[in-house]
Amino acid sequence: MRFLLWQIFKSDEGYLHMLKISSPLRFSIAFLLIGSMAMMSMAWYSEKEKSQLENRKKEAEKMFREAELRTLRNQLQPHFLFNALNSISALIISEPENARSMIQQLSDFLRGSMHKDDTQLNTLKEEIDYLQLYLNIEKVRFGHRLETKIIVEDETLLSLKIPNLLLQPLMENAIKFGLYDTLDKVCISLQAAIKGNILEISITNPFDPETALPLKGTGFGLSSVRKRLALIYGRHDLLTTHISDQNFTTLLSLPQ
Amino acid sequence: MMKVLIIDDEPLARNVIKEYLKPYKDLEVVGECNDGFEGIKAIQEFQPDLIFLDIQMPRINGFEMLELVENKPRVIFTTAYEEYAIKAFDLHAIDYLLKPFDKNRFDKAIEKTRQQQSSAEKETFLQSIHLPAQMHRIVVKDGNKIRIIPLSQIFYIEAADDYVKIFTQSESFLKKQTMAYFEENLQQNQFARVHRSYLVNTQTVTRIDPYEKDGHLVLLTNGKKIPVSKSGYKKLKEMLGL
Repeated sequence: MRFLLWQIFKSDEGYLHMLKISSPLRFSIAFLLIGSMAMMSMAWYSEKEKSQLENRKKEAEKMFREAELRTLRNQLQPHFLFNALNSISALIISEPENARSMIQQLSDFLRGSMHKDDTQLNTLKEEIDYLQLYLNIEKVRFGHRLETKIIVEDETLLSLKIPNLLLQPLMENAIKFGLYDTLDKVCISLQAAIKGNILEISITNPFDPETALPLKGTGFGLSSVRKRLALIYGRHDLLTTHISDQNFTTLLSLPQ
Repeated sequence: MMKVLIIDDEPLARNVIKEYLKPYKDLEVVGECNDGFEGIKAIQEFQPDLIFLDIQMPRINGFEMLELVENKPRVIFTTAYEEYAIKAFDLHAIDYLLKPFDKNRFDKAIEKTRQQQSSAEKETFLQSIHLPAQMHRIVVKDGNKIRIIPLSQIFYIEAADDYVKIFTQSESFLKKQTMAYFEENLQQNQFARVHRSYLVNTQTVTRIDPYEKDGHLVLLTNGKKIPVSKSGYKKLKEMLGL
């Protein structure tokens, strides 16, 4: 290159002189240019890689969240199932018709708990119907000891949407507490009401504050529901518990 | 004739057992109980040779009920909870039937009962119970009443021959059990064996003072002073993180 320039501008002494003395300057300009280009491309590639990594991370997080939701939802208490099967075993000889109807309800209940989209919202009516299946099975098990009341303030609430399979674990928790904490008949009630744009669902069971299990853990049911709510709504304050006299209430506040 | 008692809070679960028992002409069902309280009374009244016992029951569970029974009959546990099986056999239960169980399985349990009847293994029963879940309360007999005492209300436990004396704020209860049993089961609940004869709820400790040579005294929030041995002092410091 330099040789070529020498040949072309052989006659121009001034230019040749300039060429000679400016070479360090030109060299450094070229170096800077190449250097900055290399830097830019490096930056561009690393940016690209970073965004890819980020995407992958987001993807992984999403998958993790879905898996977590799924496991949280799937934690149906196996004891419930085994005890229900034991009741069916008892009914088979003495009351075959009832045995069959219990099998039907248990099947419907199990089907309802499987193959569901985790973030799916159902109407309150659908969820109460599902809850009813569960309660019918428990009533066969516990006989007259278990009474339940479901009070929906206003018919229109039944069409409001709530996350699926949220009520049953709360009810299961209430039954466990209520039934195992007293010897008498137990009435568990569920009440749904609207406050502004919040659907409030409360589940109340009697309990003995003196001897109840320490309330910190309050069983698996509550903590898994709380985690699910946090994953779906990103909030930790949607499930609260209240104690008054001999009653334990779980309050669910669902934004509409 | 062998007297049989069925204790289960689910009527249908009792029906299964009664149905399976029907062909056995030498086994007589003397009673059915809904819960452990009824169970204790019925055991006293009928002195059954064999009981079928559910574990998850209202107020007190099957293990807690057994603790309160003096002449313990032979026991076959019936439950949907697999995780208690090891503990039940620790108690020398004859068998452990997982619900739902069929007639064949039930017959085997009865057969086992007959075998054990002849070999008289009964006496070793219930030396110690280790509940699988963390202990959170102690069930005691108070005259004719049964009291459930949450651990948080217990200040200390004192050895008393074959018994232990359990002290709350203003009361004390006797229970037939060993100190070693409570020491082992209450460790994770912050109870320290500060002395051969004392197990202290460390949550109730307000002060530790030196006492005579090598010894110490702890002062509890109810004003009671408990002697602390040298090794007990080490345990206590460890538990309190000193």
